[in-house]
Amino acid sequence: MSVLTLWVDGAAVAVPAGASLLEASRAANVEVPTLCHLDGLAPVGACRLCLVEVDLPGDGSPTRLVPACSTAAGEGLVVRTATVQLQRFRRMAVELLFAEGNHVCAFCVANGACELQDAAVAVGMDHSRFPFQYPRRHVDASHPHFVIDHHRCILCTRCVRVCDEIEGAHVWDVANRGSHCQIIAGLDQPWGTVEACTSCGKCVDVCPTGALAHNDDTTAEKRAARERPALLRSARERQRWHNQGGPP
Amino acid sequence: MASMLRCCSASGCRSAGGEALQQALVEARSRAGAGDGAPVIKAVGCLRLCSRGPLVAVDGPAGSVLYGEVPSARAAELLEACAAPPRAAAARRALASHALDLRHPFFALQEPVVLETCGLIDPESIDDAMAHGAYSTLHRCQAELTPAQVREQVRLSGLRGRGGAGYPTGLKWDTVALQPPGPRWLVANADEGDPGAFMDRAVLEGDPHRLIEGMAIAAWAVGADQGLIYVRAEYPLAIARLRRALAEVQARGQLGSLRLRVRVGAGAYVCGEETALLASIQGRRGNPRPRPPYPAQLGLWGAPTLINNVETLAAIPAILRRGAADYAALGTAGSRGTKVFSLSGAVRHTGLVEVPMGTSLRTIVVTMGGGVPGGEGADGGVKAVQTGGPSGGCIPAALLDTPVDYEGLRALGSMMGSGGMVVIDQATGMLELARYFMRFSVAESCGKCVPCRAGTVQLLQLLDRFCDQRASPADLAQLHDLCAMVKATSLCGLGQCAPNPVLSTLRHFHQEVVSALAVAPGGAP
Repeated sequence: MSVLTLWVDGAAVAVPAGASLLEASRAANVEVPTLCHLDGLAPVGACRLCLVEVDLPGDGSPTRLVPACSTAAGEGLVVRTATVQLQRFRRMAVELLFAEGNHVCAFCVANGACELQDAAVAVGMDHSRFPFQYPRRHVDASHPHFVIDHHRCILCTRCVRVCDEIEGAHVWDVANRGSHCQIIAGLDQPWGTVEACTSCGKCVDVCPTGALAHNDDTTAEKRAARERPALLRSARERQRWHNQGGPP
Repeated sequence: MASMLRCCSASGCRSAGGEALQQALVEARSRAGAGDGAPVIKAVGCLRLCSRGPLVAVDGPAGSVLYGEVPSARAAELLEACAAPPRAAAARRALASHALDLRHPFFALQEPVVLETCGLIDPESIDDAMAHGAYSTLHRCQAELTPAQVREQVRLSGLRGRGGAGYPTGLKWDTVALQPPGPRWLVANADEGDPGAFMDRAVLEGDPHRLIEGMAIAAWAVGADQGLIYVRAEYPLAIARLRRALAEVQARGQLGSLRLRVRVGAGAYVCGEETALLASIQGRRGNPRPRPPYPAQLGLWGAPTLINNVETLAAIPAILRRGAADYAALGTAGSRGTKVFSLSGAVRHTGLVEVPMGTSLRTIVVTMGGGVPGGEGADGGVKAVQTGGPSGGCIPAALLDTPVDYEGLRALGSMMGSGGMVVIDQATGMLELARYFMRFSVAESCGKCVPCRAGTVQLLQLLDRFCDQRASPADLAQLHDLCAMVKATSLCGLGQCAPNPVLSTLRHFHQEVVSALAVAPGGAP
C-alpha cells in the first residue's frame, strides 16, 4: 500500500493512500469538528463544520476550502484546520443550525449526549446571533420502540445512510427541499406503518441529536451507540466479529 | 429561389400568436390557389427579436424583409409580399409599419455561429437541416480526423463552457478521453433555469440537429457510445422537437452506434448543477455532491462522463467546419468565440443576440437593445444590467463599457452565467432585486448543506429588514459576514454564488443600501 505524506497544521504526517483529510488530521492528533460525518458511513460533506484550508503543493493557486471528511489526502498537501476564518465560519454554521430548528437542551432526551451541543462548545458558540426560526414541525411516535422528533433534526442524513448502507432497509429518506427538507419514513408515512423497518435501532444509535430516541427514554437519557456503524463495517470487511475471538 | 415565408415557431412567438398566423397564411395560400409559384410556408426557429412577435421573414424576388407583430388578418398581404417586384411593392408598402429594419444594430451586429441556421431551417425536418449542412461536419470528422485531432481542434478553438463556469472545453474532453478504458457517457445539460435565460431553448426549439451533431462529434472524440440530453420539463416544445429530431436521425442511421436519449427533469433548478444532474438521471434525489471526483472521472453509473452545456455542444459543428483558428479569431484572448445572450427586462428590443465575446455591455444593451423604453441619455436610461441570474450580479450603468467576457464580469462581482441579461431601469430598487434573487435561491436550495439551506433563509430575512427600512448598522455588518460565509462554505456552485446578487448590490449600490437603514430615534441613521 502506498503512503502519502502531508502537513496538517504544520506537522508532517504519513497516511495510507485513499485516506481522507479527516483521517490525516486524526493521525496528526488534530481534532476537526464534524457533525454529519460518522465513521463507517459514506461521507456527504453536508454540515460544512469539517471544512479545512488546503494549499496544493507548488502551484500558487489560491487556498481552497474543502470538507475534510470527503476529500482524499494528497501528497504534499498543506492543510490548516483552525484558522481564524475557519473558526468564524464554523461558529456561524452551528448558529445557523440552532436558529433553524427547535433545539432546547434543557428538556431534550439527548442533553449531555448531543453532538450538536458538543459542536456548540467546540466552536465557542454561547448564543446565536441569528434570529430563531421556530419552525412548525412534528413528532412521529407511531413506532413501538422509537420516536422521531423533527424539531431536533439537523438533516445530517446519518439515519438515511445507516439504514441504507448498513441495515440495507432504506426506510429513511429526505423529502422536499431547502428549509422545507425533512426526514421521511417509507413513502412519507408514519414510521410505525413502514413494513421495511426492521426495528434494528441503528438510526437511533447514530443520530447526533435527540431527534431519534428510544421512546421510553426521557430528558438526558439518550442511549446512542455512534461507534456501531464503524464496528459493523470493519467486521464485515474483515470477516471478523467480536464473538469469534481476536481483535475487532 | 422559390419565395418563402419563414414563420418563427419558437416559444416566444407562439405565445404571441405565431401558430395562428402561420395557419392563416396556409389558408390564404390555398384560397389564392396553390400553383407552382406559390410561396413555401415554413416554420422556423427563433428569429431573434422576441418583443415584436409573431415574426415572419419574407424571402421573395424583391429581397428579404422581416415583419413583426403581424395580425393574422393580414396574411394575404404577407403572401403578396413574396411575389415578383411589381406586385410585391404594393403589399410591402402596406405592411411598412410592421417591417423591421435588418440594418438596425440589433440585427446587424449579430455574429451567428451557434445560431447560424436557427431561423433558416425547419426544426422538425431533418431533410431541411441536412440541406443546410447538418451532419456533414460529423461525417467529415469521422472520415478525415482522429478523435485526438478533433479534441485538439476544440482545445485550439479556446471554447469554454457556456453554462457559466467557463471551464476549457477541450481540457474537459481530454480528461474524459484519457480515463482508463471502459464505457463513457455523454450528457448535454439542457436544464436552463436562470430567470431571464432562454438561449438554450432557442437552440433546442430552433435547431435541434445542431445540438445532436455536436453531441455526436463529442461522443466520438471522447469514446462515448451513449448519451443523454437532460432537458427541463418546463420546455415542452423543446422536448417534443428534440425527440422528433432524435427519432429521425436515428432512423437515418446518421449516428452510427451512438445511442442518444432525452431525459426530462422534474422541476428542480439545482439539477442544472452537474453532480445533481447526474444523481437525477440515475433516479436519485437531485442533490449535488462534493467534487472531486469530477464527473469526468466518476459520473453516470461510475463511468467517466462528459457533461457540456447545450450552447457549448452547439458551437462544436461550426468550430470544426470553420477551423479552430477561425473561431478563435472571434472574441478576446481569454474568452474566444461568440456568446448568445437573452436580452430581457426594461429594454426596448427583447430577444436573442449572438455577439463576439468582448463586446461591451453598452453595445449589447444600449446600441442593440435600444436601452430602456423611453429612456434618455448616453446610457439609454439603464440603471444596471443583471447578468448570470441568481448566481450573478448587477453591473451599474457607469460600467457599461465593460467588455463582456468571463474574467471581466467576474472582476466586477458578477459572472457570465449562462447568458441571461436583464436590464434594470431607474425605477427598480436594487435591494428589492437582490431580495427577488435571494427568494429564488431560498426556494431552489436543495437543502443538503447548512450554509445554503439555513444561511439563505437568514439572508432573505436580513434583506427584508432593508427593504422595509428596519435594518440597523449591525444588520449591515451581519449581511456582509453571512454573505462571505455562504459564499465560502457552501457545497455547490449554486450555494457559493447565491450571495452574489447581494454582494454586487453592496459593492456597486452602497448608497442605496445605506439610505435603506432605519433612521434611529435620535435622527442619525
